[in-house]
Amino acid sequence: MSTATRSLPRTIGAHAILLTYTAIALFPVILVVMNSFKSRAGIFGAPLTPPTTKTFDLIGYTTVFGQGDFFHYFQNSLVVTVASLFFVLLFGAMAAFALSEYRFRGNTLMGLYLALGIMIPIRLGTVAILQLMVASGLVNTLTALILVYTAQGLPLAIFILSEFMRQVSSDLKNAGRIDGLSEYTIFFRLVLPLVRPAMATVAVFTMIPIWNDLWFPLILAPSEETKTVTLGAQLFLGQFVTNWNAILAALSLAILPVLILYVIFSRQLIRGITSGAVK
Amino acid sequence: MGSLKIENVKKAFGPVEVLKGIDLEVTDGEFVVFVGPSGCGKSTLLRVIAGLEDSTSGRVLIDGADVSVTPPAKRGIAMVFQTYALYPHLTVKNNMALGLKQAGTPAAEIERRIKIASAMLSLEPYLERRPAELSGGQRQRVAIGRAVVREPKLFLFDEPLSNLDAALRVNTRLEIAQLHRRLKATMIYVTHDQVEAMTLADKIVVLNAGRIEQIGSPMELYNAPANEFVAGFIGSPKMNFIDGARLGETAKTIGVRPEHLTVDTKSGAWKGTVVHAEHLGADTNLYLDCETAGLITVRIFGVYNAEPGSTLYATPDAAKTYRFGADGKVLK
Repeated sequence: MSTATRSLPRTIGAHAILLTYTAIALFPVILVVMNSFKSRAGIFGAPLTPPTTKTFDLIGYTTVFGQGDFFHYFQNSLVVTVASLFFVLLFGAMAAFALSEYRFRGNTLMGLYLALGIMIPIRLGTVAILQLMVASGLVNTLTALILVYTAQGLPLAIFILSEFMRQVSSDLKNAGRIDGLSEYTIFFRLVLPLVRPAMATVAVFTMIPIWNDLWFPLILAPSEETKTVTLGAQLFLGQFVTNWNAILAALSLAILPVLILYVIFSRQLIRGITSGAVK
Repeated sequence: MGSLKIENVKKAFGPVEVLKGIDLEVTDGEFVVFVGPSGCGKSTLLRVIAGLEDSTSGRVLIDGADVSVTPPAKRGIAMVFQTYALYPHLTVKNNMALGLKQAGTPAAEIERRIKIASAMLSLEPYLERRPAELSGGQRQRVAIGRAVVREPKLFLFDEPLSNLDAALRVNTRLEIAQLHRRLKATMIYVTHDQVEAMTLADKIVVLNAGRIEQIGSPMELYNAPANEFVAGFIGSPKMNFIDGARLGETAKTIGVRPEHLTVDTKSGAWKGTVVHAEHLGADTNLYLDCETAGLITVRIFGVYNAEPGSTLYATPDAAKTYRFGADGKVLK
């Protein structure tokens, strides 16, 4: 079926490339999920085959739910991720609005300063952050993690959002001002709905590193009370013996919440990525 | 109920001076049009009046009260924007109601005003729709309706017709003119289109490079421009400017409007070759390359057949030529 803009060989070629890439990208995930349903012997005997009736085993999941308080770890991870996400989006959008909307001395400088955070990894400051948390008595609290992740996510959020907010019609904001809306109402009611796709993009980019992070939970909040899922999974990782069933099961479970959040944002996300291209 | 006075308003963005001292008085019920080329400061001046920009110095008085530090919503103004600027998440009705709700107007009163305004602008069928479901012309009518319901002292229009197509522009222009007659409100209108300015205004303010060049009624500006800039800006096609020295005149520049020139195939003041002819039906624009006067435009009413390359003689109407001095001002 050849048309003016499409030819069969090219369509096949494009799909072949995309399908190959999809297979490569999904392979590790599928491997993890597949093996999480197998017995220890099954995992080591034939790691690349799907579970058969012989190798099918839920031992990993029973270990995970039996040992350690995994439900609690999940809850910690969710609280940290959602709270950080909320603050990143709120403060990021507010800062982006200020940078794009108001003329003030040092506006450009402030923008550059905030963009600097994208280039310098926050982990370089780990020692100082730890000292800070110790001094303020926040070690082994979820608050410590939320604060760090908020700081980590803000630079990119501000960078992306301020670019989008510049595109929001200034006439619209001015119309709001003439109608007597406060700057906060203009921000929340007029501007935010219009940059929703960009917010979703930022949300996904912010959420995934936070959920997956092992570094800061390990350093700032390793107590049983505040363990996150990624840290909890380390429980099964020993120096000499590793409980692969449990690890794979824990990892499979850890994919789920991000997957759900991703599905929620994805419709918006696609619009966000393409929104600059068309129009 | 709607007079405006501007005293020596200046506005600078950093080192760039956009308004260089504007003085203006608008009396109640007047329709004033700010016109000028892009970048002349007309929109900035409107924003200063609206309170969306602070002036660097000078005062703005509405009804005699200094509003220089009053926020836009408290100035008793309403504004219509070029891009309509409707609230995308609200219905037409709520778009109109929002400002009144913010001001704490009783619901019954809001209802009454929306009813009157939507009847005036024939918006009744669309009240429950959202802006995305409306055409450009309808959106601009909603924007005008949103201004009308506020019953402001001053209406401010910022190039409201620029985003509409030509046919719709004429219709909406007519609607704005009728609206002004019916409401008898003071209106300030910014445009770069001199046709809009001529057709709507009681008083035109011609701005250039942050200064007022001339203030006057459309016919005053047309018949008695104060300087070369106004003479060239008002009137279409543009006035012909001819170097005075080439015509043996003492004035620096001689101006004559295309419609104040007559052509003849046999004799006349300026001999020239036809470069191009534009046939518009109602009139014909001829571009003549004259030996003495250089390239000039002649506007002839009705149909006139002239082949490019043929020779024609153009004669200016002596009573309607303008003489400009070296500073660009009209010589009496």
